Amino acid sequence: MKKNRKSGSGKPPRLANSMKETNFVRICILPTIILLILINIVPLLSSLRYSFTEYTARKLTVPGENPLFIGNENYINLLTDPSVWERFTTTARYVILSVGGEMILGFSFALLLQTKFKGRGIIQTLLVLPMTMSPVIVGLMWKLFLDPNWGMFNYLLGLGRVDWAQDPNINLYAIVMADIWMWTPFVMLLSLAGLSAVPQSLYEAAEVDRASGWFKFTRITLPMVSPLLMIALIFRVMEAFKVFDLPMGITGTGAAAPPLISIKLYKDTFLTWKTGYGSALGYIVLLIVVAITSIFVKYLNKAKQED
Amino acid sequence: MAESRREKGWKHHLIVVTLIVITIIYMIPLFYIVNTSFRPWKDIKQYPPKLIYQPSIGSYIRIFTARSVLAPGVELSDEEKAGLNWAGRIVLRDTNERITRLGDLPKRYLNSIIISVSATLITVIMGTMTAYGFSRFKVPGAGNWLFFILSTRMLPPVVVVIPIFLMYRTIGLNDSRLGLILLYTAFNVSFAVWVLKGFIDEIPREYEEAAMVDGYTRWEVFRKVVLPQSVTGIAATAVFVFIFSWNEYAFSFLLTRKTAQTVPAWLPYQMGVLGYDWGAAAAGSVLFLLPAMILTILLRKHLVRGISFGAIRK
Repeated sequence: MKKNRKSGSGKPPRLANSMKETNFVRICILPTIILLILINIVPLLSSLRYSFTEYTARKLTVPGENPLFIGNENYINLLTDPSVWERFTTTARYVILSVGGEMILGFSFALLLQTKFKGRGIIQTLLVLPMTMSPVIVGLMWKLFLDPNWGMFNYLLGLGRVDWAQDPNINLYAIVMADIWMWTPFVMLLSLAGLSAVPQSLYEAAEVDRASGWFKFTRITLPMVSPLLMIALIFRVMEAFKVFDLPMGITGTGAAAPPLISIKLYKDTFLTWKTGYGSALGYIVLLIVVAITSIFVKYLNKAKQED
Repeated sequence: MAESRREKGWKHHLIVVTLIVITIIYMIPLFYIVNTSFRPWKDIKQYPPKLIYQPSIGSYIRIFTARSVLAPGVELSDEEKAGLNWAGRIVLRDTNERITRLGDLPKRYLNSIIISVSATLITVIMGTMTAYGFSRFKVPGAGNWLFFILSTRMLPPVVVVIPIFLMYRTIGLNDSRLGLILLYTAFNVSFAVWVLKGFIDEIPREYEEAAMVDGYTRWEVFRKVVLPQSVTGIAATAVFVFIFSWNEYAFSFLLTRKTAQTVPAWLPYQMGVLGYDWGAAAAGSVLFLLPAMILTILLRKHLVRGISFGAIRK
């Protein structure tokens, strides 16, 4: 953000000017592209094929057994199954609650952290720690923390024996809590970066005009920070939509586990081995992730142009 | 004026106190797991949770060892008791068990280290070269390639893992370290290219051109001029990639069983004879979280740059 130093000394990339250099560029770039095609694109294409078949990958001895082509039956079954809709609404609720909480808390923490004082660096570093922990271990940690028999959470809040991990009415919120705990620092860091890039002169000008604090916040701070808040939002919505590790750590895949899409996807493909059906659901998830991304990126570009 | 300054001071203190309170509350879950890991066996499942106790390393011994429970009524003779080492004595006192061998943790931990370090090395080498290529040369369709590279990172693991599982099963990479290393490389190289391109874009091109005039080849320029100048960026990227690989769960959980399993895929599923051993789980978590926490502290100046895929440079 701060005075972007442009690439090199402002020169655009140039064409490779000899055979030798062309080869050099190829050696630089091709291995990466090939690896990505092999590990990402090929599997995606084959899962697209599976999604139109009735296929189970369970038979370990006969790999590549002929899948039975059934057209779009998997997709029709999926889209007409009310339990699939329940998965989507549950996941949507999860995304809204956790990302909403993270945006509000993260931005508030960043606003507070703008104050300069001794020990600010330590506090910021401590607050950032949860973000780089292994999500499944964070889940495990919260499961222990929330345990109805000896966990400290209920005790500290005087809640009695609430079974956060296994009560199907509330365990979604247990995962939401852990998600907010873990990812608020992410929003906080990006907000801080945005806040530090707001030119002080804007506030000084507003001061001269005797503008109210609210005016400064809504007309200077928010518009200046919003591009970065949008970046935070995009990443968090996408990640929360795909969430798998945290619920695996807290609730596992038992009958009481909340019907989040990725958990169900895992159950369909690895516990009941409906590979074709699972691939179709996977593709729907994939399309949604891509759609959300492109909508947000568009919005992001628009926000940038208005600057 | 004086009044408003005093008011500012009062607000300032309020904010500082609020931040300290928030930080303390925020650290409670972390504090609780460290606290649990040092609790003696008899206090772990106590309610209300005891905060003051005689710390014990019994949980750490249990996560490191495999044990067998002594049959009820069976007691070790004094001679056998005398033969136990310090760890054996603690285990016998806590859970009435005998240590039979080293547990699975060291093996899983070693897997985590080998897989994360190898994936990090390969990712950073490939990432640096690709980033350099995109930074300095006009690659036909560069924008599309870069978008393609980034988009592969957004894929949900559960979606790609089914065909990868089948592909790996055919070529024998299931439950192998190499399989995970390749996967982690593929999923992190996009990140590395984006972040490193930002770093390399910032290096002025004059040095390289001067070196070329002096007769260096492109490859020599890359090695002797560009690499030394991008050390910080490469190191920061490497730490990020290491943390991502270290923490990865879905692929390891779904594609490995015994040989190549890493800690995150193993730790949550440690049901002992005596039920789930929370003390040992807490001890294992602490040991596993520690490296990533230390690296995060080292990395704090570059965190923003990393999490924004190199978009924010400060």
